[in-house]
Amino acid sequence: MSERRTVFPGTALPVLLLAPQLLLTAVFFLWPAFGALTASVQRSDPFGISTTFVGLENFADLLADPLYLAAVWRTLVFCAAVSLLSMGAALLLALCADGVVRGRVFYRTALIWPYAVAPVVSAAVWLLMLHPQIGWLTPALEALGIAWNYRLDDTQAMLLVILASAWKQVSYNFIFFLAGLQAIPANVVEAARMDGAGPVRRFATILFPLLAPTIGFLLTVNIAYSAFETFGTIEALTQGGPGQATQTLMVKVYRDGVVNLDLGASSAQSVVLMAGTMGLILLQARLMRRRGDAS
Amino acid sequence: MNRRHLLLGSAALAAAGALGLPAARAQSGSGVLTIWHAMSGALGDEVNKVCAAFNAAQGAVRVEPIFKGNYTETMTAAVAAFRAGQAPHLVQVFEVGTGSMLGAGAAVRQAWQLAEESGHPIDPAVYVEAVRGYYSLPDGRMASTPFNSSTPVTWINATLFERAGLDPSKPPATWEEVVAAGTALKAKAGAKVPVSTAWPSWILMENYGAIHDLPYATKANGFEGLDAELVFNTPPYVKQIQRLLDMAKDGTFVYAGRGASGDQVFPAGDCGMSFNSSGARAGFVRDAKFPFKAVLLPYDPQVKAAPNNSIIGGASLWAMTAPSRTPAEYAAAAAFLRFLAEPKTDARWAEATGYVPVTHGGGDVLKAEGFYARNPDAEIPVQQLKRGTVTVNSKGLRLGRLPEIRTILEEELEAALQGRQSAQTALDSAVARGNKVLRDFERSMRG
Repeated sequence: MSERRTVFPGTALPVLLLAPQLLLTAVFFLWPAFGALTASVQRSDPFGISTTFVGLENFADLLADPLYLAAVWRTLVFCAAVSLLSMGAALLLALCADGVVRGRVFYRTALIWPYAVAPVVSAAVWLLMLHPQIGWLTPALEALGIAWNYRLDDTQAMLLVILASAWKQVSYNFIFFLAGLQAIPANVVEAARMDGAGPVRRFATILFPLLAPTIGFLLTVNIAYSAFETFGTIEALTQGGPGQATQTLMVKVYRDGVVNLDLGASSAQSVVLMAGTMGLILLQARLMRRRGDAS
Repeated sequence: MNRRHLLLGSAALAAAGALGLPAARAQSGSGVLTIWHAMSGALGDEVNKVCAAFNAAQGAVRVEPIFKGNYTETMTAAVAAFRAGQAPHLVQVFEVGTGSMLGAGAAVRQAWQLAEESGHPIDPAVYVEAVRGYYSLPDGRMASTPFNSSTPVTWINATLFERAGLDPSKPPATWEEVVAAGTALKAKAGAKVPVSTAWPSWILMENYGAIHDLPYATKANGFEGLDAELVFNTPPYVKQIQRLLDMAKDGTFVYAGRGASGDQVFPAGDCGMSFNSSGARAGFVRDAKFPFKAVLLPYDPQVKAAPNNSIIGGASLWAMTAPSRTPAEYAAAAAFLRFLAEPKTDARWAEATGYVPVTHGGGDVLKAEGFYARNPDAEIPVQQLKRGTVTVNSKGLRLGRLPEIRTILEEELEAALQGRQSAQTALDSAVARGNKVLRDFERSMRG
């Protein structure tokens, strides 16, 4: 267990080198997080003229609210669906793109491109296609016997926001899966082929296990993405409706805090989300470390 | 050594970016009056024109209009700016934000107070009563001054009406006639969307209450106290929602979404009649490729024999406070508000935007110029706002967090339209959830 350490003399330079990053972290992360923590134990009017300390009352209200608990459950379902769909589609596309020889640059560029589309713009495109009255895919769906109106159908609305959200994340996952596949030594795959393993068997016994670290990493990223970054897509498509069918926790934080100016309740929700995210990251760090120990 | 300087420089840059550069401040030096508004596109150009006219008319103050996003974003920005001591001199706040602004205490300088202190009197009597009432205190003093006002009307597609064997010059006046027209539009004209609406809560509930003189909330619709409770689950309201549910079942009413989402449906041409703001006219003129006209909103003679005035939508201007603001700056704000209420200013604004004139003088100028004779659609909302006498139930709503209550109502309506609950259950549960919001608001105001 003897570890070699290189120690540089002096403290001024290291501190100086760290300063910009620490400053950014303090200004953009710690300060707002502290603000949310403070606001979550207060009740205040929008203008902040009268502010009272209410302890954990905002949290108690939250946990007693069946609509909030429904939103927690809904968010879990939404995150699972978006992560599975976007990772599954990306893995499939990466497997295909990995085998392509001619035009591979074109395919890869085309598959990476959606990542650069802003959430609201992508939502507008989906809206043009699937608007219940004026969308150009709507007549086709109706011809198939599907009464398409996501403004008045909980399931359709959820499907729409899942599809639109997953579509945007496929590109990101694709890049990582492709890189992961290309890092797998060709001779291992070749050897399996020589032993007579078909494509399905090769995937199940060689590619998939060797991709496990990539999958673990992407799972965390995708859950975080679907919990936090899908807000723009959902707000532009359904505003959380019909009813509250597509209101995820992040949409609720925005509605309560920014639209309704109820800062106490919104901050309490942010703190809960913050705790959830920390838990997720700790879990991932632990899993990664365990894998590191094993190898 | 060079490297250290570089790092220090980058740290300073990052800090400056994070803390907001001084140039972005709303509060400006003497002689500049900042107004934050929510009017985008063509309407934003008109705001700039009004401000330019004021600047040209006098030399002491220069008004600087700044677009801050939609109504919600503008209000949120003003709240944040006040907390940072950087509030603009004037901010445009939508009518449903009035309850929250009235609770803003020292953050705002109410119009009557502004007029009194500055010696620039603002006379409530120049404003149209149905408009003024929304922004007045119970004793008649004005808290803010009306800027852009609209009211909901019925928009009918003349082509589809004729195809359905209906006469566009004799539009349906009652709800019963609306139902019959919807059936004809569906059966004879094959309209994909016989009847639809934008702003469901504002038009089909809040205005329905005003027109039929029904209370929406206790305490004079909230004007007389923060402890008001919602009461829109009484039989006449249930009847209204039940009628919509029945029409939806028959395929004669098509729900087009919350808030302004219904805007897109009418100009597409498949919609026979749509309830929407009178302010939607400019967009329809631009997008609709068929003859259309505005008519009065329908009423139910069984609920009230003679319909009352409808209530307004739109926004008013609020004067805000900041720590270093001088009396001269408040006086300049008052002078600008007076300028907006001059008949000629108001008439030009209404003519260019499609909003109704907010002053009697402005309306008189338009009438004298023959504007209404040339544009009968523009007179419908004015007629509707001046119809009957303004009662305690028709002067508007004074409820905190009203936008949230509107959303709750639309959520419950969506569940009812999916057949998951009855009209009565939907309204009961909207009232219960809405009252919870009102109680939260009341507690936050009392500290």
